[in-house]
Amino acid sequence: MISGKPTRTALAPIGRAAFLGLALTLGVTGGARAQSEILNVSYDPTRELYREINAVFAEEWKAKTGETITVRAAHGGSGAQARTVIDGIPADVVTLGIPSDIDAISKISKKIPADWRTKLPNEGLPYTSTVVFLVRKGNPKAVKDWADLAKPDVKVITPNPKTSAGGRWNFLAAWGYAYEKEGKDKEKANAFVGSFYKNVPVLDTGARGSTVTFAQRGLGDVLPTWENEAFLVLEEFGKDKFDIVVPPTSIYAEPPVALVDANVDKKGTRKQAEAYLQFLYSDKAQAIFAKHHYRPIKREAAKAEDLALLPEIKLFKIEDVLGSWDDIQKANFDNGGLFDQLSKAGR
Amino acid sequence: MSEAPRPKRRFRQRTVIPGFGLTLGYTLTCLGVIVLLPLATLVAKAAGLGPAGIWAVATDPRVASALRVSFGVSLLAALTASIFGGIVAWVLTRYDFPGRKLADAVVDLPFALPTAVAGIALASLYAPNGAVGSQLAKIGIEAAYTPVGIFIAMVFIGLPFAVRTVQPLIAEIDKEVEEASAILGASRIATLTRVVLPPLIPAVLTGFALAFARGVGEYGSIIFIAGNLPYVSEIAPLLIVIKLSEFDYEGASAIAVIMLAISFVTLLAINLIQAWSRRRFGYV
Amino acid sequence: MSDAVASLPDSPDGTIRPAQSVVTERPWIRWLLIAVALTFLALFLVLPLITVFAQALAKGWGAYLAAFTEPDAQSAIRLTLTVAAIAVPFNLVFGVAAAWAIAKFEFRGKNLLVTLIDLPFSVSPVVSGLIYVLVFGSRGLFGPVLLEHDIQIIFAVPGIVLATVFVTFPFVARQLIPLMQEQGTTEEEAALTLGASGWHAFRTVTLPNIRWGLLYAVLLCNARAMGEFGAVSVVSGHIRGLTNTLPLHVEILYNEYNFVASFAVASLLAGLALVTLVIKSLLEWRYADDIAAGTRRH
Repeated sequence: MISGKPTRTALAPIGRAAFLGLALTLGVTGGARAQSEILNVSYDPTRELYREINAVFAEEWKAKTGETITVRAAHGGSGAQARTVIDGIPADVVTLGIPSDIDAISKISKKIPADWRTKLPNEGLPYTSTVVFLVRKGNPKAVKDWADLAKPDVKVITPNPKTSAGGRWNFLAAWGYAYEKEGKDKEKANAFVGSFYKNVPVLDTGARGSTVTFAQRGLGDVLPTWENEAFLVLEEFGKDKFDIVVPPTSIYAEPPVALVDANVDKKGTRKQAEAYLQFLYSDKAQAIFAKHHYRPIKREAAKAEDLALLPEIKLFKIEDVLGSWDDIQKANFDNGGLFDQLSKAGR
Repeated sequence: MSEAPRPKRRFRQRTVIPGFGLTLGYTLTCLGVIVLLPLATLVAKAAGLGPAGIWAVATDPRVASALRVSFGVSLLAALTASIFGGIVAWVLTRYDFPGRKLADAVVDLPFALPTAVAGIALASLYAPNGAVGSQLAKIGIEAAYTPVGIFIAMVFIGLPFAVRTVQPLIAEIDKEVEEASAILGASRIATLTRVVLPPLIPAVLTGFALAFARGVGEYGSIIFIAGNLPYVSEIAPLLIVIKLSEFDYEGASAIAVIMLAISFVTLLAINLIQAWSRRRFGYV
Repeated sequence: MSDAVASLPDSPDGTIRPAQSVVTERPWIRWLLIAVALTFLALFLVLPLITVFAQALAKGWGAYLAAFTEPDAQSAIRLTLTVAAIAVPFNLVFGVAAAWAIAKFEFRGKNLLVTLIDLPFSVSPVVSGLIYVLVFGSRGLFGPVLLEHDIQIIFAVPGIVLATVFVTFPFVARQLIPLMQEQGTTEEEAALTLGASGWHAFRTVTLPNIRWGLLYAVLLCNARAMGEFGAVSVVSGHIRGLTNTLPLHVEILYNEYNFVASFAVASLLAGLALVTLVIKSLLEWRYADDIAAGTRRH
């Protein structure tokens, strides 16, 4: 069960009872690993999406290879999820909310090669998304565009950009909007984002937390959020309570996927994990993405009625404005970055 | 530890009871592996920053503010819990009324109720659209998602400490002393403040310190009800989680060590209070 | 009381009050205090408890029961039971051993030892989780060794067990130490002098003396072990159907807009808390003296 002698000596100081307990439980996990099982560590709002994807993939894999496969999922704030991968959660694939989180895994733990974006089609993006606004029914504060989010009487609910990918997309979308509008003046864009965050009464750690705060607890006037999340709220809470407002411009949000090379080689699940990632680009999966209101990269695979719900928005790519993800992360979200400066000044 | 070394003093005194080596060895092994080694790792991690680095983390405005929120609100909550806990303890031991035993049992609820359950229950109760929150909103008080929410959660978890440390002492008060005081002409108020309360003070302080220590570290119940807004309603344990999500292990460890140091001082204070009370009143 | 007047007090109406009233307050003060205490308890303790059950049953019994038939809920229940089944006995053995060493013997450094055992009480749950990440995480102290031998501690059951053991570490020991101290060593010494073995003396003399206190401590330890959130949240990894305990499952359902199911699972934990309280109260009423020594602390 526990392989090799050195392990035993390493564990020897632990009391006998603890050792038995450990051995017992290691046995449980060890046993589970013998079956074909892969783990997808994902970000917050994809819970419903991957429940369906995973079931369909398992079905297809069984039909194709005869092997029973269980795809496990773990969800949480994108940064927190990246942290668990770095600390050793046995993830086979990661499907996170923003490229910089996968970069962090690659840089800190080396479990993913640095050139991960070249390994899969479309820079590792089987789907994209954007940020739209969820407002209370009838849009009482008349929110139309990003500029309205910085008005003094509007309360905005958004997650903490330090921990949440959705929070970072909101931040970058607001910044990018102001940058374009103010004639590419960085100072003015920074100031705009500053007044935007002054309107935020609650900063949850993940996109889901923010949605619950806005929809269930009734706080705030507008929730800038993942497009898919906005639709989900309408479905879960009823269309009579909220409206979706589509701003004229928004951000091209890139939630990428990658294989965790070091883990799949250790676990011997490379074949399954690679097939899983390839499956995300298949017509079947693409249709499921559209059904859950993500933007599939193969539009032809999706149902027309699903696509019709995704509005035409002028989307800008933040890398075109701010350069590499390394720079974006460092300048805005790392310790002492723009967000820290703004929240310090916002007091 | 503090006794002066006596000549030929043994590590332990002689007794016929066996098993000292076995049980102490086992105790120390468990303590070492489960508690001390991991805590030492934490301290070592934080020490990697150096004293200047830890100081920089502690004085970072956001960290300082989170520590202020955690410690400040916890102080207030422990104070509230001690005052009302004192009243509850007094009422439960001194008076007889229908439902007394039930009320007595309920006091321990926060010990047994998981913090996450308490968190979602308090959040749904005190939210602007909740049963209590909507009433509070009418009088202009925002409870959930503000420091008030943190306060409520901390009072909840601190209350049993405040009640249970004082209660046995109230039960032990010798009524004859009170009678004597009254017969000697002291008013009831004077009897209470001069005869009854002073011996209770160490217990009240102990309860206060325990509630405080627990409140400072509390996480589960608070994250659901606090607004988690930097500089306003962000607590130190949450900041540790945030630092971890940012892959800043040293920063997280530094905050943890600062909290640990303060907790340790609190524990020490409790022990000193108890030692003082043993000397002053002859019991804990 | 040097300034006390050595004469009988004059009551306002000139009569001497009955003896009973000098050791209690006027009725209106009494009722005011009772009202304050009960309102406080109702507002802070009872109302949240009622909320849990009210929200859980908001959509009827069908929806309530459905929350438990879901595979993720069942695996969370199984995991929580497994964790408690390992952590509680571990702390039981540790607590008895520690109490034996501390209560039956005099040795140097005892106070320090007691303080160290107490330490986990005042450590934030988040820190309790963090320390195991630092020890067993990939980049932690033992990370490379564990990786080499393919042993998963954190983000798996062992890590959850360790974090749970840590947060419940002092429970049994702290309850038993004062209890065993109060009982002294004479009975054991008598048994040993009469020729009993150490183990026999423990089983036939010590154990019966501490059994109610022990049961009481195990009960509280178990409630805390099953309900721990913060520490477990840091080391769990939140893998569905694998490393989610009941409190984590509550949070997950809550974050999936499944409020009824979330409160339903929460009500299961609240029910456990209620059962714990009931047994605890029964024990206290029936065996008050046997467990009194330890209760002052928690």
